[in-house]
Amino acid sequence: MSDRISVAKTYKLYVGGKFPRSESGRVYPVTDAKGKFLANAAHASRKDVRDAVVAARKAFPGWSAATAYNRGQVLYRVAEVLEGRRDQFIAEVSTSEGLAPKKAESLVDAAIDRWVWYAGWTDKIATVLGAANPVAGPYFSFTVPEPTGVVGILAPQQSSLLGLVSVLAPVLATGSTAVVVSSAERPLPAITLSEVLATSDVPGGVANILTGQASELGSWLASHGDVNALDPTGAAASDRPGLAREAANTVKRVLTAPDAEPDWTVAPDLSRLRRYLEAKTVWHPLGV
Amino acid sequence: MPVFEYAPAPESRAIANLKDHYKPFVNGEFVDGSGEPLKTINPATEEVLAEVGTASKSDVDTAVKAARKAYNGVWSKMPGTERAKYLFRIARLIQERSRELAVLESLDNGKPIKESRDSDVPTAAAHFFYHAGWADKLEYAGYGPNPQPLGVAGQIIPWNFPLLMLAWKIAPALATGNTVVLKPAETTPLTALVFAEICQQAELPPGVVNILPGAGDIGASIVEHADINKIAFTGSTEVGKAIQREVAGTAKKLTLELGGKAANIVFEDAPLDQAIEGIVNGIFFNQGHVCCAGSRLLVQESIAEEVLEKLRYRVSTLRLGDPLDKNTDIGAINSAEQLAKIRGLVEAGDAEGAQRWTSPCPVPDRGFFFAPTVFANVHQSMRIAREEIFGPVLSVLTFRTPDEAVAKANNTPYGLSAGIWTEKGSRILWMANQLRAGVVWANTFNRFDPAAPFGGYQESGFGREGGRTGLEAYLNV
Repeated sequence: MSDRISVAKTYKLYVGGKFPRSESGRVYPVTDAKGKFLANAAHASRKDVRDAVVAARKAFPGWSAATAYNRGQVLYRVAEVLEGRRDQFIAEVSTSEGLAPKKAESLVDAAIDRWVWYAGWTDKIATVLGAANPVAGPYFSFTVPEPTGVVGILAPQQSSLLGLVSVLAPVLATGSTAVVVSSAERPLPAITLSEVLATSDVPGGVANILTGQASELGSWLASHGDVNALDPTGAAASDRPGLAREAANTVKRVLTAPDAEPDWTVAPDLSRLRRYLEAKTVWHPLGV
Repeated sequence: MPVFEYAPAPESRAIANLKDHYKPFVNGEFVDGSGEPLKTINPATEEVLAEVGTASKSDVDTAVKAARKAYNGVWSKMPGTERAKYLFRIARLIQERSRELAVLESLDNGKPIKESRDSDVPTAAAHFFYHAGWADKLEYAGYGPNPQPLGVAGQIIPWNFPLLMLAWKIAPALATGNTVVLKPAETTPLTALVFAEICQQAELPPGVVNILPGAGDIGASIVEHADINKIAFTGSTEVGKAIQREVAGTAKKLTLELGGKAANIVFEDAPLDQAIEGIVNGIFFNQGHVCCAGSRLLVQESIAEEVLEKLRYRVSTLRLGDPLDKNTDIGAINSAEQLAKIRGLVEAGDAEGAQRWTSPCPVPDRGFFFAPTVFANVHQSMRIAREEIFGPVLSVLTFRTPDEAVAKANNTPYGLSAGIWTEKGSRILWMANQLRAGVVWANTFNRFDPAAPFGGYQESGFGREGGRTGLEAYLNV
């Protein structure tokens, strides 16, 4: 009796709602935790980063202007679609991270729940972080939080799905758009997440996911003039000062990331949302 | 038309209690700094006002040690209710000495007494009042149940609003439980050192506030110092970027309030007389030495000629001269160096083909003065439309549609402030939404209040000052 040969998949980047190969034509082998070959992942280049930033910028006006209600539903839809592909994610996380299926299952469930948590925040951010300012004069003054723009994310290297979702979802919840470099060694859940995003009403370009090396691509994100914020979580601790220096040339907001990768199963707070928000204060005279 | 001359109405400079010599303030005492003393001058007359002792690198170290000791030993442990009372005391003392501070500020900075008296000093006191109330209510500020201070804050402030910027920095830092080492600008150290006296009068524990006059090298020593947890800087974008680079890779928390090139947008249905006042206030307030100054006027094409004509007439009535005269609208440029920068950019405007109009007002032959200037026919690519001039120079551009106004307004790496003038409410809110700026003034300009967060997008910096949002800069959240 002959075993069926499975249909192998070619993994690609996710840019502007499409799934291109790297323009460089490069790929790199992805293995499981034991070193067994799984697939070739696209090895994103500087040009891919730039294309992704262009896509993210193009998507920003629409996504940031979408109603919070709409953004919340889109984020919730991501959770729905992820739930539907739960088994696939459990298998991929388990293989990528070398975990027992039971453990992988709890991480995937946490990732799904994280989308739900952030989905509920979209229409509460302005209430909780905005303000009516009681100024001493005949003026109506109010402050609203607004998304900062395009956020470059170096996703966590260890936690292939929950870590990725934990850094991506808050960016999308605030109305910013993202260019993400996935975990280099564990990219498969990120690529599958791209497929989830593509089929979850997330407009093309809002989230762009590149598979490649944070050490190679981080500097292009940090120095890019059209990237407004940088999350260096997935960069090596030794690379972070250099990235932060490059980010200074355009006065980027740089997230403070802990040296070691945090425990992503811990419930998040508002801090990641707050980092991607600007405060806009509007004044108008009162009178008749 | 008959012209009525104004009689001189000078404020007495004796109120300033000017001393011959001022010293750095470290650990609750005025000390001899080991830096080269500097002479601070009156920019309106170029006469030396006083000699000021400056800090050296070793003084920075001493001040940081004092601040650390005060932080660990007293200030971070003190209940918020007690910290609050110190801040209320400081606010009251500023009010009590407000005339003295206003005159001293005008002498040292060159700003008109009516502005230092009616704006700078009262707003500085208001910042201490506002933040005093936060000191014992931080658990309600939205940063979790027990937000913690950062430690020692290094603060570097500019010369355009010396006392007000000090208040913006010190009040929230102390309210949240931090101690500070502050460097005032080289050309305007005096009111900060009188503020040090106020700290003594308030019996603030030694080391909680330390003030180190000096130049950029002392600022750099503060930024580099290993035992400082937070840097707050207000000043140029160029220096801000250098500070961000220096702080990169350290655990120091950073907030930056940098330059701006604000668009002040006037639609054809705007209340024109108010708009003209707003335009004048937007660019000529404080000689245009304002990071959020409305330095790019965007006028709807259909009313451009009318606005320019009204504007020129109004600007020609502005009185330039002695900052201590109560009728003076425009005082002195703060330094010879700044005057040279303004002149250089104005020459660039001429060279690039913009159409210059300068107020015919008389200009004193001593001191640093620059007559109010309006450039018409300005294009977006010109240096005067792109670079911050930081002086009484307005660039006028035109637009046809709201979309074009937004595109032109946002066509800058800065994003600090913007103005909108129109009678149509829905357009105001739509414009306010579209503009990438931290503060949007609609049918008004240059309003400040400690309860209203202030700060920029993009290269105008990050972090906010004022309101609940501003507390984040000094909390470990």
